[in-house]
Amino acid sequence: MLRAFFLAFALVLCLCLPGARVEAQTQDLQSILQTHADEVASPGRRSVGTVIDALVASGLPAVPQFLERWADRSVYQRESDGLFYYAKENGDTYSLTDISTGADAGTAPSAEMTEIRPNGGVRRVIATALVQFQLSDPDIARRRDALDAISRSPEADQLEPLRASIEGETDDDLRARKERLAGMLAARYGDTPEERIAAIEALSGALSVDVRAVLNQILSSDTAVAAALPEGANIARTLTPGEDLTEAEAYAQLVAADLAPAIQSRDQIKAALTANIADGRVGGVPIGALNTEDGRARAYAALAGAGTVPPLVTEEDRNAALAAHVFYEEYEEPDAAITDAAREALDEVETRVAMNQALDLGLDALSLASIYFLAAIGLAITFGVMGVINMAHGEFIMMGAYTGYVVQQIIPDYTVSIIVALPLAFAVTFGAGVAMERLVIRWLYHRPLETLLATFGISIALQQLAKNIFGTQARPLTSPSWLDGAWVLNDVVSIANIRIAIFVLALIFLGLILFVLNKTRLGLEVRAVTQNPGMAASMGINPDKINMLTFGLGSGIAGIAGVAIGLYAKVTSEMGADYIVQSFMTVVVGGVGNVWGTLAGAGLIGILQKGIEFLNPSNTLAAQTYMILFIILFIQVRPKGIVALKGRAAGD
Amino acid sequence: MTRQTFLTQNRSIFWFLLALAVFVLIVTVLSEATGNGMISTSFVKTLGKTLCLMLVAIAMDVVWGYTGILSLGHMAFFGLGGYMIGMWLMYARTEIIVAESLRAAAIPPTPEEIHDAIGTQIFGVVGSSDFPLIWAFASSFWAQLALVVLVPGVLALVFGWLAFRSRVTGVYLSILTQAMTLALSLYLFQNDSGLRGNNGLSGLQNLPGLDAVPQSQVSIAFFWASAVALGLGYVLFAWVVSGKMGSVIRGIRDNESRVRFLGYHVESYKLFVFTLTGIVAGIAGALYYPQAGIINPNEIAPIASIYLAVWVAIGGRGRLYGAALGAAFVSLLSSWFTGGGVPSIPLGFYTIQWTDWWLVLLGVSFVAVTLLAPKGIGGLFDLITARHAVPERVGDFGPDKGARRTVEGEEER
Repeated sequence: MLRAFFLAFALVLCLCLPGARVEAQTQDLQSILQTHADEVASPGRRSVGTVIDALVASGLPAVPQFLERWADRSVYQRESDGLFYYAKENGDTYSLTDISTGADAGTAPSAEMTEIRPNGGVRRVIATALVQFQLSDPDIARRRDALDAISRSPEADQLEPLRASIEGETDDDLRARKERLAGMLAARYGDTPEERIAAIEALSGALSVDVRAVLNQILSSDTAVAAALPEGANIARTLTPGEDLTEAEAYAQLVAADLAPAIQSRDQIKAALTANIADGRVGGVPIGALNTEDGRARAYAALAGAGTVPPLVTEEDRNAALAAHVFYEEYEEPDAAITDAAREALDEVETRVAMNQALDLGLDALSLASIYFLAAIGLAITFGVMGVINMAHGEFIMMGAYTGYVVQQIIPDYTVSIIVALPLAFAVTFGAGVAMERLVIRWLYHRPLETLLATFGISIALQQLAKNIFGTQARPLTSPSWLDGAWVLNDVVSIANIRIAIFVLALIFLGLILFVLNKTRLGLEVRAVTQNPGMAASMGINPDKINMLTFGLGSGIAGIAGVAIGLYAKVTSEMGADYIVQSFMTVVVGGVGNVWGTLAGAGLIGILQKGIEFLNPSNTLAAQTYMILFIILFIQVRPKGIVALKGRAAGD
Repeated sequence: MTRQTFLTQNRSIFWFLLALAVFVLIVTVLSEATGNGMISTSFVKTLGKTLCLMLVAIAMDVVWGYTGILSLGHMAFFGLGGYMIGMWLMYARTEIIVAESLRAAAIPPTPEEIHDAIGTQIFGVVGSSDFPLIWAFASSFWAQLALVVLVPGVLALVFGWLAFRSRVTGVYLSILTQAMTLALSLYLFQNDSGLRGNNGLSGLQNLPGLDAVPQSQVSIAFFWASAVALGLGYVLFAWVVSGKMGSVIRGIRDNESRVRFLGYHVESYKLFVFTLTGIVAGIAGALYYPQAGIINPNEIAPIASIYLAVWVAIGGRGRLYGAALGAAFVSLLSSWFTGGGVPSIPLGFYTIQWTDWWLVLLGVSFVAVTLLAPKGIGGLFDLITARHAVPERVGDFGPDKGARRTVEGEEER
């Protein structure tokens, strides 16, 4: 009665309002709401549909705003007359806004206003209804949000509004996205099988994750078990126990479907026996004899014979039950034509995904290879060219990384600090390398095993020193913002910018070292001293100086590698130790004394490690183990590495 | 007759065994179990462990100091020996505990039940309960004892055969052995390796069935056993490196090609030495880890094997007692420094805490020993005896500078 009065009142109010667009709309928003006042004030998931339908059907421009605020809980009802307002809390009072016109509607004491609180389910319904308005919203960000919302939770009734909105879309990107999304929705919710099949076939060219999800959803199936395959069901495949699923799993399905009695586990048998102890015996078997499986089986059989426990399921029973039933997977989608089309499309998509994954893996391997190359090239110079094992090479890498860290503490701009850090790291480790060569290594040129141990002593001292200075926790070396992010080719193939930068750095160093060794005076002298120090000295070359410079060069490159590695991994005092064995492997596998050999070694190890990780993704430790085993075997086949020096250059 | 000449040729055996016997006697008299208790049980354990380290250091010396193979993988054999004995210790002890707890049930347990319960107990930490294949013999003490010898022995044999066959020598071989150690430790770090991943095997100090015996007696018993093993190992290796065989392996160290041209099958000699020392390292590990109480893959990490080389180098390569002394000296010093036993040095602006600076000191002193005193601690004995182990060479030296050694561990300048 009261409601009818309000309705009449509202109608009168509406008609009396000057400039009301009565000719276009017969009702305004408030009056529609008043028609469904109960449902608006305390909406339930089922009842809210009628309100929303009425609102949408009215086509009023204020509807989207109302829906949003409704969901946001900023719609209030005045208790005195039951009218709805947008309200804002303002001390003890609420300042009200008229829902239909958006005009200021004065204030009201807070006791008079009731906040309308739609629950989560209702808000989802409201959000779905909002989507169709948002899809054509003039604000591009809101259109994008609406698309995101649809792809998050696609529903059948979104298809029509989505299609309708494609026409008016001005942004090309967004239009393409809408079309794609409409295609995916059509594949799942299209009206006719023909339409769906057409949509599914259109999807087979894509390789994004959501397309695969859509196809997988169409192909979703349930495993089931029955005495015989049901007529008319869309069967994905039949399963053979022992091949497609284990016999235990198959039997568990039978038990779950109440088609067979449960198997008694050992614990259950034991519990049943314990429960039936009588006079020190169970089923006539003395307790002392129950310490074997055989004795327990006899006691249980006796109990089962007396009917006190369910009979034991023997292996024969189990096999007979498995043989008597058929296990199969049934598609949820009843139409076989659709599932066939989806299967075909999915196969095609997966082939393309696999190809792209191979490409992605190749890029990963390339980036890992360039890291190994950077870490190992300095070593290749000292070990390969000079025949000196430098176990402290990893610590030079660490010194370079810490140099980068210290520079970043002084220069806050990351771009500038990296530009400063690279040459500074080279200078620091060059100095350290020269000092080490002068103080230690030149006394040990003819004792390579002792060089190994002496440099190891330096390595543990340097490591502990770094720990004492910088602490044990990892220090960040932040890359400049233009190196953040990734180069994304498509949904499958992407590579971080930082890795591209390291790849470029590795290329630069490859070129630089080849240039220095082959085209400069220093390189010529280095090669001369390497081949025959005595002869080189006779020709006026100072072998001591050359050795010192070569060692410094190798160490300096380690420092730069340290900055590069520190950019994408954490800087710790142990980071060098993580790379030293891999670096040696790279040099040894590639072939000593040759820059191209190091490149080949780094490439082989990078590809190998990524390949093994791909085959066994859960276990990176196993990947490293297998890689080292492979290298040990590889050295059996080619003890001199991939690129073996021949003739006089090989020395020995 | 031969035994007589062998002992008279190697006077160091007598002195070493004498020193060892005196040391054992002193420790026995001072220990808690058999003496007046001046030495705590934990220190007896430390001394027992040190004896095991001395044994593996002697083995390392034979491989490196005598045969010239710088193996950076002998601690892997040591660890494997420990794992093998640890498997039995853990299985047998868990079996007793499990049998105890199952006895309370109304129905006596079946063998299968006990086995499964042990599996759950041991492998619960890595989220499994089934016994991996490698635990097949864990219930048998004698089988595991055989595996202590077999597993390191077979690994050393296979690895050595592969490496020596393809004539990998020098630093390449060192890197390769290091890679082997790294691969093994990484493998053991996995939870599904069957040896409890990085948890390792623990509780090894509790001998199954000997719960009533106090740890002080167990520790002194292990100390004696370690001393006996060290003594036997010393005699064994002294015998290996003396006589004709010793000459050949020293020849291999100094100039492998020349020995090969003389008609010796170099690979067999190297393989024999490598495998034998691997086995001895495994035995030493089997004695060490019941005293340490716990073994995990960290013990097999490459760094452990490098420390082994450091001990031998500081002690003095090419003489067995040097290696043993080096191991004892450095490992005891290390536990003294890292245990905080050394007072820190205040410099006014900075206080040197030896727990932080010990590794720096070790590294630097190691470099210094390599550069300045290649004979190591063992070289001090030359000052006493002042005699040359090898007579002065007469005539031409070979082209390789490595061959120009007239005295062990020293290059002619």
